[in-house]
Amino acid sequence: MNTKKIYPTYFALGAVIIYFMLCFLPGVLGLFYSLTDWNAYSNQMNYVGFKNYIDVFKGSSQYRTFIWNTLVFTVVTTILKTTAGLGMALVLTNDRTWVRNFHRLVIFSPQVMSYLVVGLVFKSLLHPSAGFVNNFFKDIGMNFMTKSWLTDLNLAFGTVMTVDTWKGAGYIMVIIIAALQAISPTYYEAASIDGASYLDKFKYITLPLLKPILVSATVLNVTYGLRVFDMVYALTNGGPGNATGVINTAVYKEFSKGNYAMGTTLSSLLFAVVLALIYFIIKAMESKEVEI
Amino acid sequence: MKAKKAVSKIIINMVVWMISLVVLIPLVVILLNAFKDRAESNSMSLALPTKWMFENFAVVIERGKLAISFLNSLVYAASSATLIVIVVGAAAFTLARNRSKLNNIIYYFLIAGIAIPINHVALMEVMKFTSLMNTRVGIILIYAAINIPLSIFLGYGFVNTIPREIDEAAVIDGCTPLMLFVQIIIPLLKPILSTLFVLNFMAVWNDFIMPLYFLNNSAQWPMTLAVYNFFGAFENSWNLVSANIVLTLLPVFAVFILGQKYIVGGISAGAVKG
Repeated sequence: MNTKKIYPTYFALGAVIIYFMLCFLPGVLGLFYSLTDWNAYSNQMNYVGFKNYIDVFKGSSQYRTFIWNTLVFTVVTTILKTTAGLGMALVLTNDRTWVRNFHRLVIFSPQVMSYLVVGLVFKSLLHPSAGFVNNFFKDIGMNFMTKSWLTDLNLAFGTVMTVDTWKGAGYIMVIIIAALQAISPTYYEAASIDGASYLDKFKYITLPLLKPILVSATVLNVTYGLRVFDMVYALTNGGPGNATGVINTAVYKEFSKGNYAMGTTLSSLLFAVVLALIYFIIKAMESKEVEI
Repeated sequence: MKAKKAVSKIIINMVVWMISLVVLIPLVVILLNAFKDRAESNSMSLALPTKWMFENFAVVIERGKLAISFLNSLVYAASSATLIVIVVGAAAFTLARNRSKLNNIIYYFLIAGIAIPINHVALMEVMKFTSLMNTRVGIILIYAAINIPLSIFLGYGFVNTIPREIDEAAVIDGCTPLMLFVQIIIPLLKPILSTLFVLNFMAVWNDFIMPLYFLNNSAQWPMTLAVYNFFGAFENSWNLVSANIVLTLLPVFAVFILGQKYIVGGISAGAVKG
C-alpha cells in the first residue's frame, strides 16, 4: 500500500501554515529586529548590531533586575508547586483521607480560572484597608500581621509568588495523582512483606517511579515561570518600583512606550534562556533514568 | 496502636481540610462580597450580607459591557477551538501514520512551539503586514497558532493507538484519503478531539495577553480584558468588582463541571506522555 497516497502530507498544511506565520515567523523576525533601533517614532530602521543586548547587560540596568526576578520567580514557584503538589497528591491518594475526590476537585479548581482573574481576586483580598486578609488578622487580634502585601518593597514579590502557587499547585497535584495511580500496588505489597516502612517505600518505590512525571512537571513549571505575565501584571504591574518586574512585563512596557527593538530583544533573550534550560533539564534527568 | 492510627487519621484529615479551605475561602469571600452594598463590601469578610443586593449584577452587566465581551470571548474561544480541532486532527493523523523524514521534521517543528515563548512585538508586525491587526479573525488565528503545538502532541499520541488495519480495509473498500479521514478516522478520534476542544476553549477563554497587545477597540474585548478595565475604573466599589469577577468565573466553572472528564484526562495524558 502506498502510504504517501493514503496519508497525504497536505493534511498537515493548515496547522503548519498557521503555526509558521504566527508563531515561528515572529520569533525569527524578532531576532532580526533585535539588531535594529526599531521604534514607534521613526519610519526608518537602522542596523545597530548588538547594541540592544549590550544595553540589557551594561552597568546597573533595570533589565538585569527583570531577568534576575524572572529567574527567582521560576525557581521559587517551581519548588513550591512541585513540593506542594507532591505532598497533596500523596495525602489525597492515601486511604486514611476522607472524601478524597471532593478535595481533589476543590484544590484543582483554581486551575480553570484565568491567571488574570486570580490576580484580581487576590488584589481585592490583599487590599490594605478593604481586603479580607488584613481584616481577618485584625479580627483575630493579630494586628502585627496586617501588611501592605502588594506595595511593600520587601513583601510584594513573595506575595506574587505565593498567589501563583495557590493557583498552580493543584494542577501539579492532579498530574502526580495520575502517575501515582499508575504505580502497580504489587511493588508496595512486596516491600511490606520485606518489612519496609512507609518512608522506605516512598524513597525506594514511589519517588523513583515518579521521576518521569516530576521531570514533566518541572519542565511545565519552568517554562511557565519564565513566561509569566498575567499574574504579575494583574497584581502589581511590576511595582513597587521594579521589585516584581519580570521579563514579559518589561516587554509589554517597552511595547507600550513604542520601544519595539528593546521589546523584541528581551523576548529573544527569553527564547534563548528557555531553549537552553529545557535542553539542560532534559539532559540532566535523562542520565538518571531509573528502571525497576 | 489503634489509638495512634485514629489520631493520625484525624490529623491528616484536618490538614487536608485546611488546604481545601485555603483554596475555597478566597472564592467564597468574593462571592459574598458580590451581594453586599458598597459600604459593607469595603471591609471584606466571611459575614453574610445584611441585605442581599442582587442588583449589583445588573449594574455590572450594564456598566462593564459584559454582554458584548461575553459574546466576544465565546466567539474567540469557540472559533479557535474548532479551527484547532480541524487542522490538528488532519495534521496529527497524517504525521503519525506516514513517518517519512519530512513528516518527522514537520512534527518536531510543530511541537517545538510547546516551550518557545511568543515574540509579541514582532508578531504585531506580522499582523500588520497581513492586515490582521485589531481584527477578530486575527485574534482567532493567533489563538489557533499558539495552541497548535500542544494539541498536535496530544493528537499524535492518540492516533498511534488506532490500528492501521482499519485504514487499509477502508482503502481496499475504495475510500479516498479524504473519505477515510472524514468517515472513518474522525469518529475514532472523537475522545481526543473533545479533549482538545475543551482544553483550547478554556485556554482561550482565560487568555489576557493577546487582546492586550492586539485588540485596541473595546467593542472587541473579551471578558478578561473587560474585567481588568472594570477593576481599574471601579477600584473602590468592591461589591461591583466582586460581582464582575463572579460573572467572569461562572462560565468557566460551568464548562469545568460539564467537561471535567476531558480536562483532567487531557492534562494528565499530556503530562504523562510528555
